[in-house]
Amino acid sequence: MNPYLVPGLVLVLLLTVAIGAYGLRFARTTSDFLVASRSVSPSWNAAAISGEYLSAASFLGVAGLVLRYGVDVLWYPVGFAAGYLALLLFVAAPLRRSGAFTLPDFCQVRLRSSVLRRLATAFVLFIGCLYLLPQLQGAGLTFSTLTGGSYAWGALVVGVVVTANVAFGGMRAITFVQAFQYWLKLTALAVPMIFLILQWQADGRPEVTPPAGAVFPAATTVVVERDAVLDGTRVVEAGETLHFAAGDRVPRVSTVDAEFGAAWLRPGERGLFATYSLILATFLGTMGLPHVLVRFYTNPDGASARRTTLVVLAMVGLFYLLPTLYGVLGRIYTPQLLMTGNTDAVVLLLPEAALGDGHLGRLLGALVTAGALAAFLSTSSGLLTSVAGVIFTDVLRPGRNGSVRDFRVATVLAALVPIGLALYVSDMDVSRVVGLAFAVAASSFCPLLVLGIWWRGLTDAGAIAGLIAGGGAAMAAVLLTVLGPPLPSSFAEFVGQPAAWTVPLSFLVMVGVSLLTGKRVPPDVGATMLRLHAPESLRS
Amino acid sequence: MAVDDPPPRPRVRVVLADARSGTSDHGSADLTEQTPVGEALVKGLVRAQLALALRLSLVVVAGLGTLPLLFAAAPAVGAVKVFGVHLPWLLLGLLSFPFLVGVGAAYVRWAERNEQDFAALIRRPER
Repeated sequence: MNPYLVPGLVLVLLLTVAIGAYGLRFARTTSDFLVASRSVSPSWNAAAISGEYLSAASFLGVAGLVLRYGVDVLWYPVGFAAGYLALLLFVAAPLRRSGAFTLPDFCQVRLRSSVLRRLATAFVLFIGCLYLLPQLQGAGLTFSTLTGGSYAWGALVVGVVVTANVAFGGMRAITFVQAFQYWLKLTALAVPMIFLILQWQADGRPEVTPPAGAVFPAATTVVVERDAVLDGTRVVEAGETLHFAAGDRVPRVSTVDAEFGAAWLRPGERGLFATYSLILATFLGTMGLPHVLVRFYTNPDGASARRTTLVVLAMVGLFYLLPTLYGVLGRIYTPQLLMTGNTDAVVLLLPEAALGDGHLGRLLGALVTAGALAAFLSTSSGLLTSVAGVIFTDVLRPGRNGSVRDFRVATVLAALVPIGLALYVSDMDVSRVVGLAFAVAASSFCPLLVLGIWWRGLTDAGAIAGLIAGGGAAMAAVLLTVLGPPLPSSFAEFVGQPAAWTVPLSFLVMVGVSLLTGKRVPPDVGATMLRLHAPESLRS
Repeated sequence: MAVDDPPPRPRVRVVLADARSGTSDHGSADLTEQTPVGEALVKGLVRAQLALALRLSLVVVAGLGTLPLLFAAAPAVGAVKVFGVHLPWLLLGLLSFPFLVGVGAAYVRWAERNEQDFAALIRRPER
């Protein structure tokens, strides 16, 4: 095992706890905990938002998908970044000006409906859990891949560290932690990539898709995990060990779904429906993620919320240049992952595979692993803060003067379900679950926010009907995909990538029912619109 | 949670009338007291901001959203190489990000200008 690995991981955990403890000195009141008293500067805030957003799916999953499927999945990073543009254009400034703390708060401020508020709470909790689960699973899988240790311990350690940090530091501490973790994640991918590209140059720039098929760069041993057929001829059994010499051709394994040659290199393999569904989910889903929205209340005013979002867009875009390169170089240096199907590990394994297991390769390998740990920690901290915030204000309901102790109770409650689930469910596909969380967010909170902010005619009845129809359909599709039996292929695309029909459905039902119940438009909608859109300078 | 609980109190109440600290002027009064003039002014601002956001999303739809269709309709585009890299990789993996940031920067600039125009319109009558 890599000797730098354990010190690197321990260092990240200690730094996280230390920065959290430093923040604790400032955390005094409940308001500090929830929104850091709105006193975080835009650059800190932007780094914190980016650090919180770049999850395991971004850090590990995108490179793994590119390694497997090629150019078609580049829509994932593009969509993950473009989501911030949609947020900037339609939501950022008005949402900050609404003065609400959480998404259910926004429902209350805009539509004055407590039924809608409870429904929104249910969606926040569902999306929060759906997004927390793969983070913890990713942590568990990374620990077991690298250390050979047990999956459960990895998930448990990350779960407990995150819960303790959120419960004792709250969001003020989390802001510093998240900002530190953005820079750590960027460094952890950027620095090894410089050495990887130099190595690729030194190796004589080997082709990514050689016409004769991929070859092993070095002698490799692959243990077959499931009964399969190699290249359509040779039958292998689970547990069989295969040896390959450097220069041997990489066989195609029947149980692993991947693209090769021109199909990997050129677009159009995934069908237009799936591509546009993915684009809709990622472009519109970001604004509906609870842990992203809660950050906007930490800006002092609407204009700074806008500028912060722009900086976030640039920071996230800069980061997403890197995973693609890992996926591409993985094609050359770690082709065995295409045989085992464990493609999510490409970022972790590439430095040692390409640079050898000397000090340089091992140090850089430890660095990317530390970055992966930062990815799990930061996203799950942010998610936990927002889910705990919603439990604190809407489920425990201690009212305005709820104590810090109540927030800690809420945090532990919010962490129990996903940690428990992560210990029992280990074989769910990480990037797929994250994509589904985006689809649910895009079909529920995106229409609610966009119509609520820009259309006076929205009514509580319309919003409730739209949430139930569109968001409920997306939720059902998610549960069917994750828990249900395998579906016939024509139907599977429809359910597995639901955003293309659930997002329009949600918008149409919200608008239609609102028009039918026009009498229920809140009488103070004019004042609300003024508060959402007028610059703060006019208030004094 | 119990169904018969009383509705939660809205914790945050940022009302313009409250924040107005004595130094009232005609423009702000129009706004906060919801006169037809004030209502029309706010509607104008909302419409201007929405039109700006929609125009810029149209730019993104035209620039990025049409790419899957283009690749499907003209597969030859996918085979074009620029600097040794296939064009779709270059467009999606590299150029899409500065494009998105550019659209965002344009939005921030114009949205702030809309707000300044609005503020100037409100403040003018008193001076």
